[in-house]
Amino acid sequence: MSKVRIGLEIHCQLTQLKSKLFCSCIANYRNRDPNTNICPVCYGLPGSLPVLNKKAIEYACMIAIALGCDMPKNLTFARKNYFYPDLPKNFQITQYDSPGSDNNTCIGKSGKLEYISDKTVRIKRIQLEEDPGRLVHEIPASQSGGNSLAYTLIDYNRAGVALVEIVTEPDFNDPKEVRLFLNKITSILEYLNVCNTNLEGSVRCDANVSIGAGKKVEIKNVGSFKDVEKALSYEITRQKTMGLHEIEVKGETRHWDDKRKITKQSRSKEEEEDYRYFPEPDIPIIKIENEFILNLSSKMPELPDQRRKRFIENYQLSEHVSEVLINHKEIADLFEKAVKIYQSPKSISNWIVSDLMGFIDYESLEGKPLNEIIKIDEKHIAELARLVDENKINRTVAKKILTQIVNSGEMPTRIIDRSELTKIGDSKTILEFIEQVFMSEKNAINDANKNPNVANFLLGKVMQKTKGNIDPKKALEIIKKKLEEHK
Amino acid sequence: MTNRFQNYSIRQIHNGIKNEEFTSEEYVSYIIDRIEKKDEKINAFITVDKEKALENAKNIDKKIRDKEKIGILAGVVMGIKDNISTIDLKTTCASLMLSDYYPPYDATVVKRLKENGVIIIGKLNMDEFGMGSTTEYSIIGPTKNPWNLDYVAGGSSGGSAASVASGECTASLGSDTGGSVRCPASFCSVVGLKPTYGLVSRYGLVSYANSLEQIGPVGRSVSDVSTLLKIISGYDEKDNTTISSDYTEYDDLDLKETDQIISDLNKNKPFKIGLLQDLTNKADKEVSQYVYRSIDLLKENHLECDETDINSTEYALPSYYTIASAEASSNLARYDNIRYGFELNPEGYEWNSYYSDSRSRFGSEVKRRIFVGTYVLSSGYYGKYYMKAQKAKSMIKHELKTLFQEYDILVLPTVPILPFKIGEKIDDPLKMYLTDIYTVIANLAGIPAISLPVGFSGGLPVGIQLMADEFKEKNLLAVSTILERMVNIKKYADVF
Repeated sequence: MSKVRIGLEIHCQLTQLKSKLFCSCIANYRNRDPNTNICPVCYGLPGSLPVLNKKAIEYACMIAIALGCDMPKNLTFARKNYFYPDLPKNFQITQYDSPGSDNNTCIGKSGKLEYISDKTVRIKRIQLEEDPGRLVHEIPASQSGGNSLAYTLIDYNRAGVALVEIVTEPDFNDPKEVRLFLNKITSILEYLNVCNTNLEGSVRCDANVSIGAGKKVEIKNVGSFKDVEKALSYEITRQKTMGLHEIEVKGETRHWDDKRKITKQSRSKEEEEDYRYFPEPDIPIIKIENEFILNLSSKMPELPDQRRKRFIENYQLSEHVSEVLINHKEIADLFEKAVKIYQSPKSISNWIVSDLMGFIDYESLEGKPLNEIIKIDEKHIAELARLVDENKINRTVAKKILTQIVNSGEMPTRIIDRSELTKIGDSKTILEFIEQVFMSEKNAINDANKNPNVANFLLGKVMQKTKGNIDPKKALEIIKKKLEEHK
Repeated sequence: MTNRFQNYSIRQIHNGIKNEEFTSEEYVSYIIDRIEKKDEKINAFITVDKEKALENAKNIDKKIRDKEKIGILAGVVMGIKDNISTIDLKTTCASLMLSDYYPPYDATVVKRLKENGVIIIGKLNMDEFGMGSTTEYSIIGPTKNPWNLDYVAGGSSGGSAASVASGECTASLGSDTGGSVRCPASFCSVVGLKPTYGLVSRYGLVSYANSLEQIGPVGRSVSDVSTLLKIISGYDEKDNTTISSDYTEYDDLDLKETDQIISDLNKNKPFKIGLLQDLTNKADKEVSQYVYRSIDLLKENHLECDETDINSTEYALPSYYTIASAEASSNLARYDNIRYGFELNPEGYEWNSYYSDSRSRFGSEVKRRIFVGTYVLSSGYYGKYYMKAQKAKSMIKHELKTLFQEYDILVLPTVPILPFKIGEKIDDPLKMYLTDIYTVIANLAGIPAISLPVGFSGGLPVGIQLMADEFKEKNLLAVSTILERMVNIKKYADVF
């Protein structure tokens, strides 16, 4: 079978900036009335000039460093000229090096990223650019019968927001790899604290696919990372089927139809668009000094891979547990905060990885921060782990408590205090249960002298009777004592 | 009939108002009266804002009565080229495309002028989007030369020069992309300066060719131009191409004796002036004779002058038109009439057809430059034209830099020909472009250049051009002041 090649173009907004890329309008354009977050610059009024947001350069450079890119000495911007109503100036300020030139003026070039062990993707380039506005297509309800026309509304609130484009080489062979890579990128962006990847539309992905010597097909308009995998699988099947029927695959751009879950041909262009790139005259060349890069590298936040290593070394966690923890910064943070409260990394990591993670569906989390889904923080986890370790409750009970915490956010001790789940701790009550068992298991007790396992057998019976709500250590002690008395 | 206000300088107006010799309202009323009498013939104004001007004048007079402080330009009445944004005052670029556009903000230069008390009387005529050398390509028709109404006023800041020459304002602002301030200043016998690239903020100037243009003052004296430059120049956080250091200290040259100015110039090393001989000799004789006469006058003042040449000038005009058109094609893409512009109902249109309909309303010269610019940036042609033009630009810049190690000032004609008749060159763009051949040099090199009136030939003004190294406006203004005193030429046209 011919080789599948997949390349990606990821656009991520630098949502953690205060202002847009070239003006002082605020970067967080979400939840505002249309066209209220605009100024002469991002609205492209005559006479306005772009003023570069230096912090955006810093953030974009951090991404380039994290992805192991070569950095430019002279950073420049270019105009990409094309007409589209979401572009207030009918050109986009972006970065560009003509193909084949040795010039390096983009934020980053020729990087690579190991996204899972032994799988590396090459990063072709990283560039900084402005986001266009947003088009809202309105199709009247009476489309079937009425005369009213379809129309489109334009909201420029987003126009000018800083966008970092990450372009990979076509190094993926499988949609699953793409998913893993996207998870990794998301996690890196979170760690760098440059992009809140939970916000809708903050990270977008276009993909291109080719099979064997076939033409490259671009897939656009994929709404979520989950759909990237689906769109790619669909597209690969489509191209393979065409191959089987000896139909030639055209080099084209296709759109992902979210409702029907298929890719559809976009209106095809007669010829390739000529963007007439040229250097942006209003933004002078920015010198990127070595010192700036060194300084930035030294104060970069810890990256996922570094954190994983640290977890293994400092907390003696396994490779697997560390990997699960660091994958999402919020989870890793939760772990470390909990360890500060209760210094038992093993049990806390266990609780998070084998129990808590079961409550989080990361696929459906898109758009929401973690604490909106589960009402749990480091205090809960630390207390739960401690209660179990100190045998105040057993694991079964603790798991039930966890379910309640996740829904209510109540502290474990409070749940215990007012519920039936209270672990039967006082020796007197335990003794009562044990005596009941001794009454019903007389044969076993008589065997006790010969068979040392009887104590454990009896404990099992007691646990059964109490539905596990007693401290087994204490119970075993009492059982052994009572058996001694019987001798 | 002469009026006492005619030909008043900025200093005279400021002192007169401050010392209560006359009121700001009286002066503004005189200007309004003048515009009403003259502008029907001259056609220098696109918009006149009488009410606001009178209101501002009254405010200044009230401040004087209340013994409040007034700005150093208080009472000065200025016209602003119609491609410089003025809040709530229509800014059309002499184009149908912006015929209904009211900017929601002031250009930085306008803001600075207002802060210093300048009264804005209106917006001045120009070639559409600054593209032209005669102010004939305007939606309101050509501005006439105040010295002879059959002749062009020069361009593209024709309104800026003609309004000052005909006394319709004290001074004005123009913009200079390839000579647009200096050419009309020369044709109308007024002083026009193009500052060093980056000295004056372009924020609010409607871009034609960003990498070449600067806003420049136009006045009836070197001292007026110098005073205005002092106010409008300097770093602006809204324009990343403005310089951050401070080059904006200018002397009050009008208060200095000529001998003092000369000795200041020679202070550190002997001051040297170079005549660009080849370019001067290639100009019409009516023009070149005045350049030689000016050199003689400077020599009389014991300033060292000799002849020199620039070799790379043959590349200047083609590279200028290539770069300017390329940038223009991109800058003007935003005029699609979707966000602002003129009345054109979008109903029933698909995007692209709406674009082509709305954008077909540009004038012919603007369309020509958009086409040329689009062509030179297209893949396959970029290296052949745009890149080459950029190389020529660096070459010219480099050659001038070298020349300025020897010379402090270079002298040449502003325009190689006298003002010509309206309509004479309008059908021949290449002939029209030749008007700019001596002015585009300073734009490509990013250096300051001034046009100074030095004489008349057959009743038509002649100007000479002085160029200096980057940020050496001080020298430019000093030599201009000396020359201005020697030639003592008329800058106030009261012919019609």
